[in-house]
Amino acid sequence: MRAPDNPVAVKDGVLLAVENVSLGFGGVKALTDVSFDIRKGEIRAIIGPNGAGKTSMLNCINGFYYPTEGSITFKGLKRPKMRPYEAARGGIARTFQNVALFKSMSTLDNIMAGRSLKMRSSFFWQLFRHGPAMTEEVAHRRVVEEIIDFLEIQHIRKTPVGRLPYGLQKRVELGRALAMEPDLLLLDEPMAGMNLEEKEDMSRFIFEVNQQFGTTIALIEHDMGVVMDLSDRVVVLEYGQKIADGTPDEVKSNQRVIDAYLGVAH
Amino acid sequence: MDILYKIFIEPFVFMGEAPDLLLQTLWEGLVSGVLYALIALGFVLIFKASGVFNFAQGIMVVFSALILVGLYEKGVPAFLALLLAVGAMLLLAMAVERVVLRPLVNQPDIILFMATFGLTYFLIGFGELIFGGSPKEMITDALYLPQGTTEVDLLGGMVRFQHLDIAAAVIASIMIGVLAVFFSKTRIGRALRAVADSHKAALSVGISLNQIWVIVWFAAGIVALVAGIMWGARSGVSFALQIIALKALPVLILGGFTSIPGAIIGGLIIGVGEKLGEFYWGPLVGGGIETWLAYVIALLFLLYRPQGLFGEKIIERI
Amino acid sequence: MFYREAGQYKSNYKADMAIFPLREDKIGIGVIILAAYSLAFLGDSFLLQAVMIPFLVFSLAAIGLNILTGYAGLLSLGTGAFMGVGAYACYKLMTAFPDVNVIVWIFVSGFFSAAIGALFGLPSLRIKGFYLAVATLAAQFFLQWCFIRIPWLVNYNVSGALDAPLRTLFGVPIIGATATPQTRYLVVLTIVVVLTWLASNLVHGRIGRAWIAIRDMDLAAELMGIRPLQTKLLAFAVSSYYCGVAGALLVFLWYGGAEYDVFNINQSFFILFMVIIGGLGSLIGSFFGAALIFIMPIVLGIVLPAMFSPFGISVGSDTIEHLRFMIVGALIIFFLIVEPHGLARLWQIGKQKLLVWPFPY
Repeated sequence: MRAPDNPVAVKDGVLLAVENVSLGFGGVKALTDVSFDIRKGEIRAIIGPNGAGKTSMLNCINGFYYPTEGSITFKGLKRPKMRPYEAARGGIARTFQNVALFKSMSTLDNIMAGRSLKMRSSFFWQLFRHGPAMTEEVAHRRVVEEIIDFLEIQHIRKTPVGRLPYGLQKRVELGRALAMEPDLLLLDEPMAGMNLEEKEDMSRFIFEVNQQFGTTIALIEHDMGVVMDLSDRVVVLEYGQKIADGTPDEVKSNQRVIDAYLGVAH
Repeated sequence: MDILYKIFIEPFVFMGEAPDLLLQTLWEGLVSGVLYALIALGFVLIFKASGVFNFAQGIMVVFSALILVGLYEKGVPAFLALLLAVGAMLLLAMAVERVVLRPLVNQPDIILFMATFGLTYFLIGFGELIFGGSPKEMITDALYLPQGTTEVDLLGGMVRFQHLDIAAAVIASIMIGVLAVFFSKTRIGRALRAVADSHKAALSVGISLNQIWVIVWFAAGIVALVAGIMWGARSGVSFALQIIALKALPVLILGGFTSIPGAIIGGLIIGVGEKLGEFYWGPLVGGGIETWLAYVIALLFLLYRPQGLFGEKIIERI
Repeated sequence: MFYREAGQYKSNYKADMAIFPLREDKIGIGVIILAAYSLAFLGDSFLLQAVMIPFLVFSLAAIGLNILTGYAGLLSLGTGAFMGVGAYACYKLMTAFPDVNVIVWIFVSGFFSAAIGALFGLPSLRIKGFYLAVATLAAQFFLQWCFIRIPWLVNYNVSGALDAPLRTLFGVPIIGATATPQTRYLVVLTIVVVLTWLASNLVHGRIGRAWIAIRDMDLAAELMGIRPLQTKLLAFAVSSYYCGVAGALLVFLWYGGAEYDVFNINQSFFILFMVIIGGLGSLIGSFFGAALIFIMPIVLGIVLPAMFSPFGISVGSDTIEHLRFMIVGALIIFFLIVEPHGLARLWQIGKQKLLVWPFPY
């Protein structure tokens, strides 16, 4: 695994900029006029109470929803309305709040599926599983094995993921996202439902991905300890609106954030 | 140009020239539409309550009619046979709940869908084994269903109304009305709607799922019996009817799987569309397009509006 | 004892990624193919004509549907019609160009059904599940109507049926009245072996992974860069290709001529049942399913009359047909409840047991 090899065109170190984004479903507004940016190489946390619109924000970023208003600029280019696979092609990978693995496939195949974008061999060679198709398959298997080593999941290589415990599934899902060698990695509650030990492991992996490969990460997380330790900057959403943005320390002392989390005495 | 003229101009000119024929075609379309709607209604009832897309509904139509006619042929008086057919539908509902639904609870929808294929084939084999595979006549006289035709001088021609068709339309409307009242005003109706919203929530307030399933499958069975009598009176009772019964599927696509008004309006659209298509455009391609026109209408409609006429817009979540 | 994983080390990824990583499996598959070929010389013509040829043809069609429904998760009720497209295309091609060898046309005719299949697969981007199943019914009824109403397809033959003109391979008749069951069996077997091998290559590679990904979690697959439309259309095309070739084989190498009615909706259902009972998403399961659904009525036809004749009850062929429907229906429900992964799963469990036999702990 290596850092993304194409030099990313970024202005002022900003990889992705969200500008005045609003998102509505019929009468319901999920996001209202939200703006923030993600700089190249940083870990950016998105936090907020339940229903604040965090996942909707990620869905907008990777093209699953299209904002009703506002724009998203990625790698210096304003994004047109696009299908999710086009966002993936642009270098955005993603894990999900409720694990979305391919449950009948083995760990190996799941992560191999993450390499789909990089595999090019023609249908003809695929038919014979020979020549370029096999060479490619072996080359990608090598990369996948590196990811498996990195995430310490060698022992479950050939287990169908549906049978794995939740914590390991989350780890496989991270592996699958890493296999895409993304420029921007979106993690939706990577530590939800984990015990302390698993959380520590996961935090370590996220930190190492960021440090070793220079991958930019945006994560949603409810565990404040993790957020404060891991992230470089934090954006706080409440009822679909941004209420704070800054370093963990700034956010922690922000009165609106404290109110949002602890409630306001009226 | 000629072909465009034949497709887009000529049929309409013809309609204008002979409004009595148009009226006749519309009427026939409406009647078969009502029957499609009746079959579709059975699907909707079951889909709402158990989330099962019951492919066997069409077969239940034939099966119930076959029991009625078969028993009559064996010497059972007509109304007793009718009663026994109703009883058989209750037994079927209980058997389906016990043997198919209960063991498959919480399986993906598509598995239950495929299980109803199994049910379809079982019922075909079972029905034919007992009553034989040859087509039968519906016992129209013995059930005092009206026969004959009335010809009315309308729009410059004689338009024929089969009494049986009128009766079918009336009985189907009554049936739909009764069901609507039953499901909106009674305790069981409320429980059914609760189950349709969420199985778990319904269970947690003490509604028995198994009981609801039996009731709903039984109701669908009675709807099937009525549809079977009406349809059997028009075109005989045999499992060849299943091809017609499958037409209820495009009706559902138009109307949405969960909407009773949708099933009715969808049925009428398909029935009328099919008859008009066959009568005015069919000759252009050699006729017989009735076998597929409904599906193609539904398919085109799906591309435009995947959630059906009355369905809510689908928002995908992740 | 003779079926062990132990001691077989893989020293490179290629060996580890082989479709049959175990030496015993490789030998086993070789033995099965060899046995299948020697059957041509050992079995009598009834066995070949009435059992083996149709079994292989249905297996091929089941593989086709399994690619679509089992691997890519798209339910189709139009299999019969797609088989028909292959048969009619093959007929047109081999009568229009009688000089080209018919084997070529059998393989080419699959491309026609692939194209038609992909066309009817277009709605799959927007609709899923039962909606798609209903959409494929449009294909079934529309195509069947075409088979009846377009006399050009049967070269304006007055009977409206497909016939099998004489065609040879290396001077030996393989299609037509003079072709022996033995040669026809060998041709069908070879085609089925080759196509099964290709299918197995496809489903084990990038394309197969994309299909399963779309089936298991379509949104996640799309967010990973797998394009849903292309992947689904490819599944429709490949699946219909297999069904089309199977349809051509069915008419010309088994029946020796047929009417449109063999491609009716019941055919679609029986192929689907083979896939469900054999195992969704398993190539070997397609063979098991075809064997069970096709061979069961033959066995019933022999066993039932023998069972009842001592009591003076004669069992007619229509009773057997009715029983077949009942049993197939009951089996579908039984398998969906007890073993949703079908016979293929039982086979796998058997192999696992054998691996550790005789000391299961």
